[in-house]
Amino acid sequence: MERRTIFPGTWFPILLVLPQLALTAVFFLWPAGQAIWSSTTRADPFGENSFFVGLENFSDLFGDPLYIDSITRTLVFCAAVAMLSMSVALLLAVCADREIRGRGWYRVMLIWPYAVAPAMAAVLWILLMHPQVGLVGAWLNHIGIAWDYKLNDDQAMGMVIVASAWKQVSYNFIFFLAGLQSIPKAVIEAARMDGAKGWLRFRTVVLPLLMPTVFFLIVVNLVYAAFDTFGTIQALTQGGPGKATETLVVKVYRDGVVNLDIGASSAESVVLMIGVIVLTAMQFRFLGKRGEK
Amino acid sequence: MQRRTLLTGAAALAAAPIAAPISAQAQAAKTKIVLWHALTGANGEEINRLAREFNASQGDYALEAVFKGSYPETLTATIAAWRAGQAPHLAQIYEVGTGSMLAAGKAVKQVWELAKETGLKIDPASYLPAVRGYYSLSDGRMASMPLNSSTGVMWYNKDAFEAAGLDPEKPPTTWAEFHAATVTLRDKWAKPTMAKSGGPDLVAATSSWFAWIQIEQFGAIHNLPFASKSNGFDGLDAELKFNSPAHAKQLQMLIDLSKEGAFKYGGRDAQPDPLFYSGQAAIGFGSSAGRGDIVRNAKFKWAASVIPYDPALTSTPNNTIIGGASLWTMTSPKRMPAEYKGVAAFLQFIGHPDQDMQFHEHTGYVPVTLAGFELAKKQGYYEQAPGADIAIKSLTRGTVTANSKGLRLGRLPEIRNIVYEEVEKALQGQQSAQAALDSAVTRGNKVLREFEKSVRT
Repeated sequence: MERRTIFPGTWFPILLVLPQLALTAVFFLWPAGQAIWSSTTRADPFGENSFFVGLENFSDLFGDPLYIDSITRTLVFCAAVAMLSMSVALLLAVCADREIRGRGWYRVMLIWPYAVAPAMAAVLWILLMHPQVGLVGAWLNHIGIAWDYKLNDDQAMGMVIVASAWKQVSYNFIFFLAGLQSIPKAVIEAARMDGAKGWLRFRTVVLPLLMPTVFFLIVVNLVYAAFDTFGTIQALTQGGPGKATETLVVKVYRDGVVNLDIGASSAESVVLMIGVIVLTAMQFRFLGKRGEK
Repeated sequence: MQRRTLLTGAAALAAAPIAAPISAQAQAAKTKIVLWHALTGANGEEINRLAREFNASQGDYALEAVFKGSYPETLTATIAAWRAGQAPHLAQIYEVGTGSMLAAGKAVKQVWELAKETGLKIDPASYLPAVRGYYSLSDGRMASMPLNSSTGVMWYNKDAFEAAGLDPEKPPTTWAEFHAATVTLRDKWAKPTMAKSGGPDLVAATSSWFAWIQIEQFGAIHNLPFASKSNGFDGLDAELKFNSPAHAKQLQMLIDLSKEGAFKYGGRDAQPDPLFYSGQAAIGFGSSAGRGDIVRNAKFKWAASVIPYDPALTSTPNNTIIGGASLWTMTSPKRMPAEYKGVAAFLQFIGHPDQDMQFHEHTGYVPVTLAGFELAKKQGYYEQAPGADIAIKSLTRGTVTANSKGLRLGRLPEIRNIVYEEVEKALQGQQSAQAALDSAVTRGNKVLREFEKSVRT
């Protein structure tokens, strides 16, 4: 049963979608167009001298081993954040998807971190993990574990991964919970009747039915890890120590806003934009296929 | 269509007679001058005080000081505003942004230009040479107006020195003495105190502004170039030179001390400050502008001393170089001569010895004029606040050479970040000090060449 309303004429439908089109034009097409244009120029910070350099900014980027390192680092970071936040969220969702006392309260508490601004969340993490003044950080040093994320690449990376994943757990939790609740009770009952218990039932019945949600969340989490973690990383480590936590989006900021190298920064943004387009296309294709079934 | 034209025409006609009295009224009212700055806390209060007193001192201009975030944020905001034709009249730009601002062409009006246009009287000779040099062209004309200048100093904890059996009145003056002092502090103060109290981690020494103090200042003090072409003053084609064996030896010493647990790298820029303020580090290199915070926070006896030098490299250590920021006059398409006059009046106002002295005493920045310094001396400020003149002594030591005048390099903030990155790798044992500096120089030179290409037509 499909319901479709057809608006007559040409102008009326256009009028109806106009606000959205205007928003897209102003907040996406225009800046994106500017980014593409700037990525082909070299300009001084004030933009007084600007020359067309073609694809030179891109060839400089990909000729720079540090940029390639940054790509690899971003991939590792995104994969780790997506995996960690999704597995924790799934575990919590499975636990919350039962008849337990205080279920509502439990769920609200889990969703809460999503409302915390990234910079605030980072400050909380600093208060926890700072090697001298942090609750956990100082304690680790006290018991003899040399904890210093300001001077240890792996610890710094570990910390930004955990902090970024923590922030996303709530979001994933909501979707997993909704996904779990949309699995027909009858299917679960049937599996139970057939004697499938615990892990076996989860693996063979629940998880396959949850796969659409999982795929959707993978895309969303990758995009989140690639873009929305800027605030967290910037507040925690500013990309350091060395370049240990400098992901692509941090590099865009560093080159564009701090170093005022608009050309290079725009070229990096364009590369990122292509990444997002690919991810989004994959998501559409997947969701589209599901719709056809 | 026709009707619309008629209507707009009528509106324009109707507006014309009204517009005239409005602009006349505006002229009669005060001319508004906007200043963007990056100062917070006590220092931000001080800018507001300057604005208040300037406004009270005359009837023609109303200056409004607006906080715009950190130094890099203020620079970015200023550039973005200029590109949009909305630049403030004055922008406070940190010293490492000077190279970029000098290449800003018609976006800025340099002080000498402003003086010529408005009749502002500025005598460069009345400013401290180390301060003036940083913000002047090679021929001595001033490009921007010094506002807040500090320099690197060595803060030390007298109580810790005493506990370690060191003479609290004799801070280390050479790097060899510094090395010995940190080892003693580690063994006789940090370790025993930690063992007894189980309190927070204590460390002999730390350094804020690592790139500025341990590399840039180190070069100036020992008359070693940071870059060729007089540290960039003589041309955009300067190349970085801070990977000399002397630089590497100094960095290697700090890396070794760090490995031996006598030195702690506490992060970039001002991040390590709290280590000294809280008493966790016995020696803390930092900006002289930290004085206000130390007075407020330190629960121990402390003092400041000049950054040590290496007698093997020089018998006559040079002046240290400045940090801080200066005021740049920005242009804008619709700016009136009266507005530039107001800017000039404000710049004149802050250069007044009395204002300069107050700014110095309220913030911990050095007086930028010689007269301001003399006034502070005459009023006995340094007897009341011993050690407050260490920064000035440090800045005025010896004669200013091509290597101690300051740095004039485009995209210097980026180069500093590169230095931090490479040093952090070296501190983790991933590379030697020499390799770190070599790599920083190579990467930094690439940035300089990019800058050169971008500003040359």
